[in-house]
Amino acid sequence: MDPRHPNHFQHTEREAMEFDVIIVGAGPAGLSAAIRLRQLANEAEHELSVCVIEKGSEVGAHILSGAVMDPCALSELISDWKAQGAPLNTPVTRDEFLFLTESKAIKLPAPPQMHNEGNYIISLGNLCRWLAEQAEAVGVEIFAGFAGAQVLYHEDGSVKGVATGDMGIAKDGSPGHNYEPGVELHARVTLFGEGCRGSLSKEVMESFKLREGADPQTYGIGIKELWEVDAAKHKPGKVIHSLGWPLEHSIYGGAFLYHLENNQVAVGFVVGLDYQNPWLSPFEEMQRFKLHPAIRPLFEGGRRVSYGARALSEGGIQSLPKLAFPGGALIGDSAGFLNVPRIKGSHCAIKSGMLAAEAAFEQFRSQSEGAITPDYTEALKASWLWKELHQARNLRPAFARWGLVGGVAYSALDTYLFRGKAPWTFHHHDDHTQLKSAADCPKIDYPKPDGKITFDRLSSVFLSAANHEESQPAHLRLKDESVPVAHNLKLYQAPEQRYCPAGVYEIVATEQDEPRLQINAQNCVHCKTCDIKDPTQNINWVVPEGGGGPNYPNM
Amino acid sequence: MKILVAVKRVVDANVKVRVNGDNTGVELANVKMAMNPFCEIAVEEAVRLKEKGVASEVVAVTIGPKAAQEQLRTALALGADRAIHIQTEEHVESLVVAKLLATVVEAEQPGLTILGKQAIDTDNNQTGQMLAALTGMAQGTFASEVKVDNDKVAVTREIDGGLQTIELILPAVITTDLRLNEPRYAKLPDIMKAKKKPLDVKWPTDLGVAVQSKLTLLKVESPAERKGGIKVGSVDELVDKLKNEAKVI
Ligand SMILES: Cc1cc2nc3c(=O)[nH]c(=O)nc-3n(C[C@H](O)[C@H](O)[C@H](O)COP(=O)(O)OP(=O)(O)OC[C@H]3O[C@@H](n4cnc5c(N)ncnc54)[C@H](O)[C@@H]3O)c2cc1C
Ligand code: SF4
Repeated sequence: MDPRHPNHFQHTEREAMEFDVIIVGAGPAGLSAAIRLRQLANEAEHELSVCVIEKGSEVGAHILSGAVMDPCALSELISDWKAQGAPLNTPVTRDEFLFLTESKAIKLPAPPQMHNEGNYIISLGNLCRWLAEQAEAVGVEIFAGFAGAQVLYHEDGSVKGVATGDMGIAKDGSPGHNYEPGVELHARVTLFGEGCRGSLSKEVMESFKLREGADPQTYGIGIKELWEVDAAKHKPGKVIHSLGWPLEHSIYGGAFLYHLENNQVAVGFVVGLDYQNPWLSPFEEMQRFKLHPAIRPLFEGGRRVSYGARALSEGGIQSLPKLAFPGGALIGDSAGFLNVPRIKGSHCAIKSGMLAAEAAFEQFRSQSEGAITPDYTEALKASWLWKELHQARNLRPAFARWGLVGGVAYSALDTYLFRGKAPWTFHHHDDHTQLKSAADCPKIDYPKPDGKITFDRLSSVFLSAANHEESQPAHLRLKDESVPVAHNLKLYQAPEQRYCPAGVYEIVATEQDEPRLQINAQNCVHCKTCDIKDPTQNINWVVPEGGGGPNYPNM
Repeated sequence: MKILVAVKRVVDANVKVRVNGDNTGVELANVKMAMNPFCEIAVEEAVRLKEKGVASEVVAVTIGPKAAQEQLRTALALGADRAIHIQTEEHVESLVVAKLLATVVEAEQPGLTILGKQAIDTDNNQTGQMLAALTGMAQGTFASEVKVDNDKVAVTREIDGGLQTIELILPAVITTDLRLNEPRYAKLPDIMKAKKKPLDVKWPTDLGVAVQSKLTLLKVESPAERKGGIKVGSVDELVDKLKNEAKVI
């Protein structure tokens, strides 16, 4: 292991705390697993301590989603969610599906995956805040502002828990004035619910070779803004998805516009990270999208109130790793549970958390000590979640093979003719190997931001309220310091400057007028794109000090 | 000696606030809240005095909505022994806060009462001074160093252009400045323990103080938007622009 990897001063004793279950990440997956475990324990009058840690300064601070939510899994978890005041306030009333050309918007019939009757437009951040209250009410301990920095192992190789990161480390890695060592959290089961491209999940997948036999995971980056629009243009419950312009047809991606409550509209843009042209900038594609003649009027006279970005897993079941290992399991988007054609993962996250909780609890009942392997694979295969993901499995890779037009055509064929039961399964490739050299690709000219509808990166990150304690070592670690210039700049014109939605990476000149990569780690919004897309996987995203990162409101 | 520390729940310093739709204040829905940074410094100072053996008990108090209990739990996790919550959902201005705190001082008889010099939401910088006046205690504001010596406390104050050291007779009120200390991080085990420490809830009416405003807030507006800079091609152009457009020379 990279000796610097755990963001730790290596020479201090750490306090240890014992729990039955540790859950890393207070997203929908982690919180649902916690609630389900305590529900089962309460029903069976079985003692069971469940602890959730969250790297955001509070629950919801790092949650960014669309989001149109299918409440099916939530209803299984908390059947009276309505009476309990769950923040699902805006039922979807209208679905539109647009194909954009530069000047036109053509309404297409919404494909069945995009029908949203019975679904709600929500803020997933607010839903998590509500889930956290429900969890505390059934006896879960939640600690926000503490990041899981290191996986701990027993001598037999099983997972023993995690250590939280140290606080108050100086730039050179030495303990600063208010240094506070992390703590070791020991448990018989550790569930990793870190969301897409979890940093500890990545390590566990390697330690237990969980990806053997699975397709590589493929990802997208989603960039989102929250707007307050003119009341006259606001149609609560309206959902719009679009394909086409401004993306070239070889790129998988598109936009969403969701009209929430209080005159708010969530606008998001998703770009598949298997794109090949290093000149592409997902951030600028998103800005440009808002200028489309059919889209722009919605934002005129409005104001942007928040901004953020997050990667999402697009691999579907082909890319699911083995889910459990001695001492723990992966849940939610850490494992890759997301239905791509529906761009919905929150219900999958809740369901997978519940299934893992049920598997773990059964073992707690039968096995009184030692690490537990909460293997929920069989239960998953018997569930609606498997059926849903299995049906959707060929749609995303069809776009990778045949581009937009072929992808849409194939989707129609697969959906209407085979109903997801086509006798073949398409496969995925690694996103980071896809870039072509900059010299072989057309440069893309993006319009300059106007400061009203389109913006630059810095004024955008400002709205994510991102902050990191200044004095700590950068949490974006380069394995080899020479690669950014010698390889990435030379071949791809430093694509990290364009794919990072927060302006973290910047090529600047040294005093000798040599190019150098500057890392503005304080701006990082924890989207994980660099960890995914860096061509030689030279960038390693590790957790910064707990509480650092964006402070999203209702994203 | 007992120390009373007052803490306030405010919008987190990292959040970029925006004016709400009807210009009556800043938007608070879905916004991250935290303990006022100057209050954190006050808690830290009190806890350090306890660790040094100068103080025997640290009591944290807040006046605010139900959710302000989160900030009291933070104070307890940082080392306060018990907490008092004077609960009100109303907006409370400095004088009301000072009057409420005076009733707590009356009941608790602390040797030192430490507050932040101001809260970063309203920036009033009044409560500590008003509390000193109401209780007749000595006051040391903008403290960057505090040294307790038997029944006296020496307070170094940050004043314009330098430092001033004054000596107060206890009991006294101190308000903290930025450089007094660097607050610690709450430890996870201490956050767990803090959940079990005593927290008393009281209402302003129990304390005989009316929560009423003497000030009327007329309007809250965002500052005028800054115009973006431009690049000029030459010195002549610069001079021309400064003369004829900006009219500063
Ligand atoms: C732009 C976009 C639009 C989307 N739209 C929709 C939609 O409309 N409908 C829908 O259903 N789904 C949507 N999704 C997908 C959905 O958001 C995810 O599937 C879902 O959030 C996954 O939940 P999770 O709990 O697995 O992970 P997350 O929601 O990512 O939560 C993980 C949590 O763990 C924390 N964490 C991570 N690592 C650590 C660590 N080491 N230590 C401590 N804490 C840690 C994170 O801070 C975070 O709070 C969208 C996603 C994106 C990006
Ligand atoms: S540095 Fe990496 S994780 Fe952070 S915002 Fe940029 S791309 Fe995302």
